[in-house]
Amino acid sequence: MTKPKEAWGSRIGIILAVAGSAVGLGNFLRFPGTAAGNGGGAFMIPYFCALLFLGIPICWAEWTMGKHGGQFGFNSCPAIFGLLGRNKVWRYLGVLGLIIPIVIYMYYVLIESWCVGYAFLYLTQGVELGSEPAQFAQKCKEFFNGFVGANQDGLMLDGKIHISVLVWVTVFSLNFILIYRGVSKGIERVCTLAMPMMAICAFIVLIRVLTLGTPDPAKPDLNVLNGLGFMWNPKPVDGGGSWVEALARPKVWMAAAGQIFFSLSVGFGVIINYASYLKRKDDVVLSGLTASATNEFFEVCLGGLITIPAAFVFLGIAGATATGTFDLGFKTLPIVFQYMGQPWGRIVGFAFFFMLFLAAITSSLSMLQPAIAFLEEALNIGRKASVALLGLVTGMGSLFVIYFSKDLKALFFLDSTIGDITIVILAAVQTVLFSWVFGVKRAVKIAHEGAEMHLPRFFPFVIKYVTPTYLLLMLGLWCYTDLGKYVNQIRTDNVIAATFGLVIVVTVFLLVLIAIGGRRWQAETKDFA
Amino acid sequence: MTTAGWIFMVCSISFVVLLLAFCFKKVLSKPSTAGHLHAPLDIDTHDRGT
Repeated sequence: MTKPKEAWGSRIGIILAVAGSAVGLGNFLRFPGTAAGNGGGAFMIPYFCALLFLGIPICWAEWTMGKHGGQFGFNSCPAIFGLLGRNKVWRYLGVLGLIIPIVIYMYYVLIESWCVGYAFLYLTQGVELGSEPAQFAQKCKEFFNGFVGANQDGLMLDGKIHISVLVWVTVFSLNFILIYRGVSKGIERVCTLAMPMMAICAFIVLIRVLTLGTPDPAKPDLNVLNGLGFMWNPKPVDGGGSWVEALARPKVWMAAAGQIFFSLSVGFGVIINYASYLKRKDDVVLSGLTASATNEFFEVCLGGLITIPAAFVFLGIAGATATGTFDLGFKTLPIVFQYMGQPWGRIVGFAFFFMLFLAAITSSLSMLQPAIAFLEEALNIGRKASVALLGLVTGMGSLFVIYFSKDLKALFFLDSTIGDITIVILAAVQTVLFSWVFGVKRAVKIAHEGAEMHLPRFFPFVIKYVTPTYLLLMLGLWCYTDLGKYVNQIRTDNVIAATFGLVIVVTVFLLVLIAIGGRRWQAETKDFA
Repeated sequence: MTTAGWIFMVCSISFVVLLLAFCFKKVLSKPSTAGHLHAPLDIDTHDRGT
């Protein structure tokens, strides 16, 4: 094997690439809703605990495992897990680090295309909601359902030309064109441009939101300060007790941990892959912390000040408590932009959806690279062939999601399968592999090679005991509260069953490829042992 | 917006901003990091073990 090894062009490049992977729709849409619904300001206590004891330690573990694997020429999760675990079981468990980004990409690229579609609409004509405020909510919902085909299955693939499908084709192709250019010329270059642009768009929207004042003098309570209060005032959960009692609820701590996971992109298989392109003497401790801090800036300082206050100022408590990421982004905020009037409504609407697109594309690119690296390694094929094969697999999966568009059932099921549980399983596997199998002392030594700051003294204890316990509790709670409902869904709903089948088929396909690549990796591992 | 709300908001944002500033200050202050380009001959010949 003498093909040129991929590498990052600069330190800032990989930090922005990892941060770009982490900053996504969840920072601007999921975080504010989760925080406001789980104790408001009080939510930040479990949130920062999860960041310090779960998110950042796992991040460091992933960076270290990736860098170590890269020294042996491995860039994919199965190969790196096999190397660290010295057992084929670990290699097969590495399939989680592939299935997660591949499946997420199948529906994430669709959402990314909606963001582009909405941004384009605001640039040209805006979302038409009429002139009767009482009808805004209904019209906004109808527009979104029509745009994504949520009224009926197969609506988007009925042979007619749909603008949303055209945008999907464009965005899907753009992702593959960029990823084909490689780690440095593709991912790094895009993230180096997109991250500052995203920050500019976010600041434009933030300034407008914070200067809204009291838009309707007849409703003096609906002002920016109260909007910020709705987001940040500590409050009880589900209307009972005090905010201190909210902190005693496991649900709040699990919501915080889930948000940190989703937000930092830990347990996605992405960081391991990105870090595998580092050199032995490259720092991982400071780089990992900087990428996490950048993600937190977009989430807490920008996401936490934009969406909920904006929705509250125009729509009151009812608007600010919109359930779910999509409802807040695509059904509530367009009404807010309508209330802003012209030209601000269109300017802010464009800036907001373009910002979401930039957040999404830096994340979707990161979902492709682990699988491309794996295909190259497992089948010993070139980048062109691996990009084509991955394009075929993800294209078919994405078309599946587009076809089963009624109530976005397939999309939501994939999102909950991966987002609620599979990333937690992968994180648990990684933590055990890193701290118990590979050995935390050895791992810390590798992390410190070339490090510009030392890992905190508590890190070995946390990663060995606290993090696995936290993860096992999360898994246990999910099994207790959701497993039954999950199985029942698969048994009773044909679309859900077919979507679950899709995940199984892709998993089996990847396991076969791991078996094919495994023999060569094993030989190489022995060579380098 | 209550006093407690202000406290949570200001503390959360300050913590994140300070952490970000600390990290970027350290990253950008190292001369090797600003334009830390890898060697042009980044060819992995896999011949280390032979």
